[in-house]
Amino acid sequence: MKEFWFRFYKNKLAFAGLIILLLFLIMALFAPLLAPYDPYQMNPGAMLNAPSSDHLFGTDQFGRDILSRIIYGSRISFKVGIISVGISLFIGVSMGIIAGYYGGILDNIISRIMDVMFSFPQIFLALVIMAVLGTSSTNLMIAIGLVYIPIFGRIARGSVLSIKDSLYIEAANSIGVNNLVIMLRHILPNIMAPIIVQTTLSFGFAIRAEAALSFLGLGVEADVPSWGIMLNQGKDWMEMAWWNAVFPGLSATLAILSFNILGDGLRDALDPRLRNDID
Amino acid sequence: MNDLKQKDEIQKGFYQHKEKLLKIKNLKKHFISQKGLFFGKEVRVKAVDGLNFDIYKGETLGIVGESGCGKSTTGRLLLRLIEATEGEIDFDGIDLMSLGERKLKKMRRRFQMVFQDPFASLNPRMKIKHIVAEPMKTHGLYKDKRKKKVEELLEAVGISRSYLNRYPHEFSGGQRQRIGIARALAADPQFIVADEPVAALDVSIQAQILNLMNDLQAEFGLTYLFIAHDLSVVQYISDRIGVMYLGKMVELAASDLIYDKPLHPYTQALLSAIPLPDPEVKTERERLTGEVPSPINPPAGCSFHTRCPHAFERCQTETPEFREVEENHFAACHLY
Repeated sequence: MKEFWFRFYKNKLAFAGLIILLLFLIMALFAPLLAPYDPYQMNPGAMLNAPSSDHLFGTDQFGRDILSRIIYGSRISFKVGIISVGISLFIGVSMGIIAGYYGGILDNIISRIMDVMFSFPQIFLALVIMAVLGTSSTNLMIAIGLVYIPIFGRIARGSVLSIKDSLYIEAANSIGVNNLVIMLRHILPNIMAPIIVQTTLSFGFAIRAEAALSFLGLGVEADVPSWGIMLNQGKDWMEMAWWNAVFPGLSATLAILSFNILGDGLRDALDPRLRNDID
Repeated sequence: MNDLKQKDEIQKGFYQHKEKLLKIKNLKKHFISQKGLFFGKEVRVKAVDGLNFDIYKGETLGIVGESGCGKSTTGRLLLRLIEATEGEIDFDGIDLMSLGERKLKKMRRRFQMVFQDPFASLNPRMKIKHIVAEPMKTHGLYKDKRKKKVEELLEAVGISRSYLNRYPHEFSGGQRQRIGIARALAADPQFIVADEPVAALDVSIQAQILNLMNDLQAEFGLTYLFIAHDLSVVQYISDRIGVMYLGKMVELAASDLIYDKPLHPYTQALLSAIPLPDPEVKTERERLTGEVPSPINPPAGCSFHTRCPHAFERCQTETPEFREVEENHFAACHLY
């Protein structure tokens, strides 16, 4: 573990990613304290104001403070990220472990379902699910969660296949440990590394998907301050008030980028092929 | 000669008083794989091809043979870690082969395994106190005294209790094998299959582990099936030795008997290959020529006839029966 932290710390880029994400997280958690204005408060006297000392990132067409809306927008991004990644993590990893451990017909059924889900472009699949379920933030989280299940499924299944013939699994079997306990106690902890990496990367995907779907009007409710909705509304005022679209776009990009470099850094730090094992 | 006779007497006593713990009849394991997509030929690897032997309570039965002869497969078959193709295993009056999944899991506390590779057989993410406690946890034993029992077990195998919270990678190969043995003992088993437990260790450590296993056998009244390819190791620890060749047992007798008077030509060749630590002694080696035939397509008749210096016509056509050639000395060879 110490070794891992050292290796991770040495990776400056990934460390920067972690810091930025922590800042975003603080922003989301303490939004009411940090935001200078109420994000819903319209102000007819300050419509489409350019960035100034009063409104750091300017105001939108209703006079709402863009900085405050971005700060509140990080809440919905993280909420969607955590819940939808949670859904795909839980379902995907369970299915992957079951498929990899039992093999045979069960593996075939689960893997083919994953293949079918994989064959659709992810955003398209999320769009279809949203169209069926209807727009609401709950449905959005379900849709994004469902879409990323097969990624976790495949990673878990592959990792299980690589360790399920290990002697310590056979040893557990020879002791008489039942299959569920073998999967939870012996397999899961030993396949965590690639799953942790994928979870981090998936946060980025989920935030992107949330922004994209909200941009298309199939995401969260239209009055919620979300980076995607802000982008959508801002694009109409691009020529007169560039700050309306640029700042939400930048924050989304920064958050996604941070998750990606953090994920890459974690992968480098956790990858056993790069590690020179002393034992 | 007198010595031999005395040994014979001892052996006879041994066979009379001991009860049989395991009776193995016609045990077979064929690995079948299909070659080609649709109408491929069936490829049948006869890893274990008809074993008949008994294991007595409290003894150490050594199994030797070249790599690929089916020793490890035999060990795993006896514990039903892999399913046999055919045959019967009677464990202390219980028909192991007919047990359902749930009953088998419960039975598993009575027979355990010690693995060859101590680096791979311990879960790297578990502390050793949890590794050793796992069999008790699984079978619901020693509910309140589990911690104490773990300490006792580790002490019995020579691991200090101050290491309880460490992970496997913090130990040396010999120490890990000790932990593996402690785990195998945790559920108070009667029978332990040791699959080349010292093959991965240094020679100096090998002796320590073998002595430990001997001591534990006396202390807990264990029965061992000890698999190895190193003849000196097997001789050191075993009461009886079975020699395997291409999935079949070719000779089985008390360990002294087999070393003093090997019957099967394969056993003779194996024994003459043991190096003696004396440069003055010129050994007359019986060298075997050729390779071990593939178990996919074993030779007809006696599977050893392709390499046997004494082979004659009958060996090519007729499979020799594994029978009691002399008292308590089994062999499968047409010479006797």
